[in-house]
Amino acid sequence: MSHNAFITETRIEGESDGPLAGRTVAVKDNISTDGVETTCGSAALEGYVPPYDATVVERLKDAGATIVGKTNMDEFGMGTTTETSAFGPVENPAAEGRVPGGSSGGSAAAVASGAADLALGSDTGGSVRCPAAFCGVVGIKPTYGLVSRYGLVAYANSLEQIGPLAPTVEAAAELLEVLAGPDPNDATTREPPAGVDTDYAAAADGDVSGLTVGVPTELLEGADEGVRAVFEDAIDDLESKGATTETVSLPSVETAVQAYYVIAMSEASSNLARFDGVRYGRSGEGDGEGNWNESFAAARELGFGEEVKRRVLLGTYALSAGYHDKYYKKAQDARAWVKQDFDEAFESVDVLASPTMPVPPFERGESLEDPLQMYLADANTVPINLANLPAISVPAGETDEGPVGLQLVGPAFDEATLVRAGSALE
Amino acid sequence: MTVDDEEVRHVATLARIDLDDEEVERFTGQFAEILEHFEALDDVPEVDPDPELANVMRPDEVEAGLTQEEALRNAPETEDGYFKGPNVS
Repeated sequence: MSHNAFITETRIEGESDGPLAGRTVAVKDNISTDGVETTCGSAALEGYVPPYDATVVERLKDAGATIVGKTNMDEFGMGTTTETSAFGPVENPAAEGRVPGGSSGGSAAAVASGAADLALGSDTGGSVRCPAAFCGVVGIKPTYGLVSRYGLVAYANSLEQIGPLAPTVEAAAELLEVLAGPDPNDATTREPPAGVDTDYAAAADGDVSGLTVGVPTELLEGADEGVRAVFEDAIDDLESKGATTETVSLPSVETAVQAYYVIAMSEASSNLARFDGVRYGRSGEGDGEGNWNESFAAARELGFGEEVKRRVLLGTYALSAGYHDKYYKKAQDARAWVKQDFDEAFESVDVLASPTMPVPPFERGESLEDPLQMYLADANTVPINLANLPAISVPAGETDEGPVGLQLVGPAFDEATLVRAGSALE
Repeated sequence: MTVDDEEVRHVATLARIDLDDEEVERFTGQFAEILEHFEALDDVPEVDPDPELANVMRPDEVEAGLTQEEALRNAPETEDGYFKGPNVS
């Protein structure tokens, strides 16, 4: 079974030795690969072949990895189910008839089915963690600025990071070590603060004695009953291994979904303006007469799917005259509030824990007709992107409806603590 | 929040995306629902953001970039080493 996890299968051999020698890696199809088609799951970019490698792809090759394909995804990363791809939906290898989560659903399915040892995804509002949770694998969303975005086709650049997916916490941490570190081609990358532990793989020792875990009530309240039971068992497990838990409150997360979608859609409306069908991508198929605007509008009608149109239009609306202050500016306030809430929480706890997704994997087709319901499913993942923080999703167990992921969130650049705590759950 | 089909068409023009009538109708209903949900942002308190921003500078030096051939490789139409767009009318 291929699960439609790949848009392009290929074989790019890396260096003969290195930390990932002998390992196969699947790369999400919004990450540029020199000479290998990169579509972002969109008809607009069918046939587009990048003339350069993303920094993370160069790092994979230098580390000795073999890239085995470009993975299927929600179009331009816009979705929670990997059903908005122009190349068909991805099946969940761990829950038949259900979605793999999204938008990096192909990457999670490739790892869960064993088609690749490891995978790269990108996470703008949960797009690594959600599919990791739904497919029963590990996914890490790094601190904003830890991993280069050079060569990642932008959706919402103030929010997104490339992150690893793997069958185990240690393997995800090994891959993160290869990806992490400043890049002169991405001015938003930063060196972690001095003294911070960056030996991520070595941190996978499962030692949680003395660790304080905060559980935000707001991220548990709305969760499905079965998901909640699995989550609470996992928390008991951490306590039995020496962690202490306490309840915390993050009132700002109540408006995080709204803030996230306003900001992500606004950035998308600007970033996706480049797809005009002239320099690359699908053309308007006009006769060359008429004006530029008509030609662009025709190209974009043909190239973009419904969810992409919806987000670009809503983003354009939120930034348009008369609405900017009401939506975009208030969303930035809400973002600052979220960041402040998390900073305060980390004054008393080491990590925060929640279910990664408040619901089990959707049945295929279930959420396509109701976009707002789909957006609300991102309630537990989007606050982390708004706050620029690192998070990991670790398999916590299963309900009758499929795998459940547990999300751990840490202070900026403290990925090592997340790896340590996450490995205690394996 | 009410949204009518004229507003959806106007925004689509600003965004340079053609829509068919069916899409306009569907988006009009969905946008009303989604924008109503966004109304919750009105109640967000004013927060004094404390951004740790720092300018990142580098010397302005000439580096190798894409060749003309590489830059044109993905264009649907080219002519004499240039991108070819629609006529300007």
